[in-house]
Amino acid sequence: MKKVLGILLVVALVLGMCACGAKTPAATDAPKADAPKADAPKADAPKADAKKVIKVGIVNNPPSESGYRAANVADMEKVFTEANGYKASTFYSLKNDEQLNAAKQFITDGVDYLLLSAAATDGWDAVLKSAKEAGVKVFLFDRMIKADESLYEAAVVSDMANQGTTAVNWLKAQKLPEYNVIHIQGAMGSDAQIGRTAALDAEFKAGTMKKVVQQTATWDEAQAKKIVESVINSKEKFNVIYAENDGMAKGAVAALDEAGITHGVGKDVVVMGFDCNKWALRELLAKKWNYDGQCSPFQAKVIDEMIKSGKVASKKVISEEKGFDANTLTQADIDTYGLGE
Amino acid sequence: MDKGLKKFSGSQLVVPLFALFLLIVFNLIRDVGFFSINIITNNDGNTVLSGNIISIINGASELAILAIGMTLVTSATKGQDISVGAAAAIAGSVFVSVLRGTQITLPIILGAFLACCIVAIIFGSFNGTLVAAFKIQPMIATLILFSAGRSIAYWINGGATPTVSSPLLVAIGGFIPGFPIPTPIIIMIMFVVLIWLVLKFTNLGLFTQVVGINEKSARLNGINTAWTKLLSFIILGVCVAISGVINVCRIGLINHETILIDIEMDAILAVAIGGNSLGGGKFNLTGSVIGAFIIQALTVTLYAMKVPSTAVKAYKAIVIIAIVIISSPIVKEYALQLRDKLLKKPTKIMEN
Amino acid sequence: MQNDIVLSMRNICKTFPGVRALQNVEFTLRKGEVHALMGENGAGKSTLVKVLTGVFPKDSGQIHIAGINKDVTVKSPQDAQNLGISTVYQEITLCPNLTVAENMFIGRGNYKFVNWRSMEKRTTEILTKLDIPARAAQQLSACSLAVQQMVAIARAVDMDCKVLILDEPTSSLDEHEVEKLFSLMRELKSRGVGIIFITHFLEQVYEICDRITVLRNGEFVGEYETKDLPRVQLISKMMGKELDDISALQNRKAVKAKSDNTPVYEAIGLSSAENTKAFDFKINKGEVNGFTGLLGSGRSESVRAIFGADKITSGRVMVNGKNVKIKNPKDAMMHGIGYLPEDRKRDGIVEDLSVRENIILALQVMKGFFKPFSKAEAEAFADKYIKLLGIKTASSDTPIKQLSGGNQQKAILARWLLTNPKYLILDEPTRGIDIGTKVDIQKLVLKLAEDGVSVTFISSEIEEMLRTCSRLIVMRDRKIVGELKGEDMTQAKIMHTIAGEAAQNG
Repeated sequence: MKKVLGILLVVALVLGMCACGAKTPAATDAPKADAPKADAPKADAPKADAKKVIKVGIVNNPPSESGYRAANVADMEKVFTEANGYKASTFYSLKNDEQLNAAKQFITDGVDYLLLSAAATDGWDAVLKSAKEAGVKVFLFDRMIKADESLYEAAVVSDMANQGTTAVNWLKAQKLPEYNVIHIQGAMGSDAQIGRTAALDAEFKAGTMKKVVQQTATWDEAQAKKIVESVINSKEKFNVIYAENDGMAKGAVAALDEAGITHGVGKDVVVMGFDCNKWALRELLAKKWNYDGQCSPFQAKVIDEMIKSGKVASKKVISEEKGFDANTLTQADIDTYGLGE
Repeated sequence: MDKGLKKFSGSQLVVPLFALFLLIVFNLIRDVGFFSINIITNNDGNTVLSGNIISIINGASELAILAIGMTLVTSATKGQDISVGAAAAIAGSVFVSVLRGTQITLPIILGAFLACCIVAIIFGSFNGTLVAAFKIQPMIATLILFSAGRSIAYWINGGATPTVSSPLLVAIGGFIPGFPIPTPIIIMIMFVVLIWLVLKFTNLGLFTQVVGINEKSARLNGINTAWTKLLSFIILGVCVAISGVINVCRIGLINHETILIDIEMDAILAVAIGGNSLGGGKFNLTGSVIGAFIIQALTVTLYAMKVPSTAVKAYKAIVIIAIVIISSPIVKEYALQLRDKLLKKPTKIMEN
Repeated sequence: MQNDIVLSMRNICKTFPGVRALQNVEFTLRKGEVHALMGENGAGKSTLVKVLTGVFPKDSGQIHIAGINKDVTVKSPQDAQNLGISTVYQEITLCPNLTVAENMFIGRGNYKFVNWRSMEKRTTEILTKLDIPARAAQQLSACSLAVQQMVAIARAVDMDCKVLILDEPTSSLDEHEVEKLFSLMRELKSRGVGIIFITHFLEQVYEICDRITVLRNGEFVGEYETKDLPRVQLISKMMGKELDDISALQNRKAVKAKSDNTPVYEAIGLSSAENTKAFDFKINKGEVNGFTGLLGSGRSESVRAIFGADKITSGRVMVNGKNVKIKNPKDAMMHGIGYLPEDRKRDGIVEDLSVRENIILALQVMKGFFKPFSKAEAEAFADKYIKLLGIKTASSDTPIKQLSGGNQQKAILARWLLTNPKYLILDEPTRGIDIGTKVDIQKLVLKLAEDGVSVTFISSEIEEMLRTCSRLIVMRDRKIVGELKGEDMTQAKIMHTIAGEAAQNG
């Protein structure tokens, strides 16, 4: 009996370990070089041969946080390579205090640049000051923090409100005879939710669009499906689904399919999502959805350019973010802008 | 007849049934047609049933299945497994990763389900071993998987939120062509029947309760207490696998962050609303299943009432607090006294 | 005379679902008397006490307490305390990890400031006055059970009580400790405290009590002066029938010798993780043997080792002459061994389950996980044994926790009889149960032996062992120190062996 239990435990433990082991880059306790070593001897990288290697410390949230983050991390790894003249150390955590410690460690280690996507907006003043004293230049990416502008070179961020406005403008441009909107919100209070809700809320207030229902599904696909189901059961009219991410849009569409309501280009219901996952863009390509708003995780290139040129255009650089229309989307767009896979 | 009434009013199902009844009446007053069922044709060309009742039962499928497993674990170990949501994320990820990149056929789906069952059972056994052999508090033991589970699912998924699509999967998460009732409901009913058969044709119920009520006595009567506890976790593992697969098939996508999120709390709540003691011991699965329906009916009601997003949780909490207080021993005692007063005359006649 | 009455209860009624626990019960307690409340298990003694102390509300009837002009309604145990009614239960309800002084004062009044020094001083005073061998700063768990009980009593007395209820205070005390408790009771009596004393030990009743109130089936039988009520009379009043059973038992003694000489169970060098010295043991078919010794002498641990209840560390076991392995209770059960544990509440009953489920449990486990009894089968088994052993229960569906102690014990006994054991171990089957059931169980043991079942019988009451056993194994300090048979089985001889004097006396 005991033996069997023991074996079971060992098996379960080993499996757990494997899983944990494999994800260590996601949540290691110490900063760790992530750059591929095989490319090191290549000397033909532009500019890199003349200068010494640029040392960057990247403090980010772990890629397991979301598909968006995974793409963001992958983008960072792709740009800050040794081939490109960088020696990058990365630290991932969802906890602000762990991030703070890692940042201090990077400064002590003498990196040239500190790249930061903070878990929380507060508490960074001291660290950034010490970075300044040590001559470490700081770039913020993806997320703003509450600190004096002078403490960092520039921030490369998404403008969630802008994403919302782009989407709502596109919706208005469709010139539908009436707008009865099911609005499925993300987790209440998150940046993305606040930004993407604002533009639509303005329309509701102005009376140009009718709010059939506005409900949070906290990013949960199944929850989104239930919300739409509830509207269908109430037999209220609607012709637009505005879901604040792709997953929830997919959940909503599942409810439409089950109820026999058509959706997509030229159909009964307009479906809108955000984030530009590859699978979502494919739905657009198949004309089953109408719109997908981009939330760019690609900040590495912009930062890379600023470091290399030494020129900072403005303190706050807004990532260029598109909105894709099912009618104009191409396979090439999917390959370039699609996240995941 | 009077005796039957008396017996029923002392049963643990009174409060949950009454709560469910109130919810139904409330909705009927609000909207007479709330529970009407419509026959419609869906986008796959099937004739199917739709309506709030279907939505409630359909939506509660995963929760009901998990609540059954949770009840057994609660009974045997005097504690709860808080890792079911995370474990379901793993199970769902395994299911999807087997299916991805292959031609999806029925045997492959069965194989994928089997694989995810095995994985869920292994993780269940891991929890169960910590609890049964190492005598760690269930909540502490499952805290490990609770915090690591979704990361493991992330690793299985390779970082993305992979999608799978096939008419066969739609048949599992939605409707089987030619059959008007949502498949998750059918799966849930099949599972309930299965568990009912298991309880009838084995001593699972008796042994589990004996272990939960008096472990020392159970041992001295020859029951292998460690196995009994482990078994409850293994059964919960199967529940987790089934609910994970249903949830994945509903949407055709696995998102390790959101799949069945917070379901553990709802499952524990369903067990409690069903009148079962979270301190273990005697259990009533019917109660837990009713508890699951109450929670889902409440959610659907709130959606239908268009309660603002920010207030949903508060409303839910108020209703749940009310149910929990009504079923508390003190209120129950008082209600029983009231009942005895009301029924006093007839009982006296009967006794004489 | 009327002024001497401190407490009177009239026409008390209390009904539980399906059970009439008390019906028109009367009880009168006078100043400075020790008043025994007697009755079989389920007669309503505990219910009456619980009504008096506000644990249960009464359905009807009056309670009158000296010094209060109107009838009182006791709403809660706290209320009872304020009215001067204190209770010391069978199970000690103090906090073992606090000190004696803390236990004396905890939960009394609303003190914002705790003056530890004065508390300890006051405790020491009380302890000395009542001659209790404990120190104020000592942790309670370090005291013997008797002293703990005394501390509980001292705490009650110090709260200025007029009525002190002692519910089975002596059931876990040895003779010496009982004597100490009695002198404390006499001391309190002389101070005018009225004591209600509940016990199963007749000797103790006759030693200390002035009056006796007898209850039967929730009804009041009568109140008697102790000196006017001979023991046989008392027992017959409690049981409601003339008592000739005890004498009948004596006549059966001849039967005991009849056991044949084939060993049913034999162990060589058996020991368990519970600190027993390796011992040899053998029991023949149809034999009744006993393990005796003081509490803690290892007698329970030894029989637990036989049953595989604790981890077995060494030993060879033979059942019916064949070598077998008994590593856990299931093994033992499969070889026809049954074990009724010493602590009914902790190891025996499954309190929330029905009487029926409790009865069929062991047989069900033996039958296997995949072969549950049908409800009809289970009901038939349960009903048969409920009838056979006269278990008093509303139905076989009643949760066992609602039964009185003696009836619970009978249900556990039924559980093992149902398995049709070849060898049955009964560890203190008669502890804390009424005299009628005790006699029933002793009769049953002899009956089983006649039918060829071997029985090991353990009891703290040597009388009982002498009546039933044909062989006694005496234990001291966790090892077997003697074995007594036939002529040697006298109370005196047993005492000497336990005390370790037998060897010296030759």
